[in-house]
Amino acid sequence: MNKVYNNRAWWLILPMLLLVAFSAIIPLMTVVNYSVQDVFDAHTRFFTGTEWFKEMLNDPALQAAVLRQFAFSLTILAIEVPLGIGIALLMPKKGWQASAVLILVTMPLLIPWNVVGSIWQIFTRGDIGLMGWSLRELGYGYNITASPVDAWATIILMDVWHWTPLIALLCYSGLRSIPDAYYQAARIDRASKWSVFRYIQLPKLTNVLVIGVLLRFMHSFMIYAEPFVLTGGGPGSSTTFLSQSLTTMAIGQQDLGPSAAFSLIYFLIILLVTWVFYTAIMNMQKDNNKGA
Amino acid sequence: MEWMVWTTPTAVFFAVIAALLACMTTWEVVSPTVERKGFLPISTTRGDRFFIGLLSAAYIHLIVIGFTPLSIWMALGASVVWCLILMRWG
Repeated sequence: MNKVYNNRAWWLILPMLLLVAFSAIIPLMTVVNYSVQDVFDAHTRFFTGTEWFKEMLNDPALQAAVLRQFAFSLTILAIEVPLGIGIALLMPKKGWQASAVLILVTMPLLIPWNVVGSIWQIFTRGDIGLMGWSLRELGYGYNITASPVDAWATIILMDVWHWTPLIALLCYSGLRSIPDAYYQAARIDRASKWSVFRYIQLPKLTNVLVIGVLLRFMHSFMIYAEPFVLTGGGPGSSTTFLSQSLTTMAIGQQDLGPSAAFSLIYFLIILLVTWVFYTAIMNMQKDNNKGA
Repeated sequence: MEWMVWTTPTAVFFAVIAALLACMTTWEVVSPTVERKGFLPISTTRGDRFFIGLLSAAYIHLIVIGFTPLSIWMALGASVVWCLILMRWG
């Protein structure tokens, strides 16, 4: 078969490219410009070279925030992905139950971040919050403003509650798109439930899981409003994640140079991790296709 | 453009990146890339290697600036050599 390649269709992305240039690329270039200068106003600025980068890379508070951020993102991924797949497998497939469960599962996704933070802030209070009160009555001295462990557990629980539905929904739609013939073939072979999951459902879910994992990683890597409302980054700085350190620096202290340098480092970390995730999963798929 | 607070080094930096992208595009039009497997664990196209090269160059610069007393020009030199190796044998 002779395929004719015509690359002229690339011109069709030009409007999108202009939009991205306006909303992302030009601002990003400005951030790069800021990162090598100490800017007071449009006319008073000094060239600092790589000084801000050196300072940011060696700042112990920021290094701790990076590690904390990775710990958080990996923890919630490790919980939400298997849990989401599990929920999707258990969701009813047709009838009114399917719609009802779908609506129930989607509910947390409709709540704005800062409201989620407020809900959990009240929920975990020892005097008027059900969870905080119950745990105290059970004899555990639960206090998210004093104990880093409690604060961490609560933030992870909150994120799992808020975002597992996203993975579940994606997996649910992935599962629905598997043709019935696969299951029939599996029944003929007397395949166990586990083999059906391992060799039919999981491979067919790879595509949606790639999107799910990437979305969840990026979401959790920029998490801001929820911990900000719930713990304010405390106790101490035990739940201060990257975006909060960055916002404090950029908006709170107006240190535009250092925060520009820091946000570029942040950007490079996200770029690398996303690329590694994407490449790894895409190559896994390629190998699978070769094997099949 | 005043609001973008341009400096000469950053202007040169972006100009070089833009020129490289333009060159890559021209090269692709003149002779389209073939996906192949080099010393990298994955098979890559020319554009993939270019991206990997730029990204690793950024990290080389960060490491040199942040954690060594070496000059940034050393980082630049190392990055150029590394990118050339990557484009040829990656």
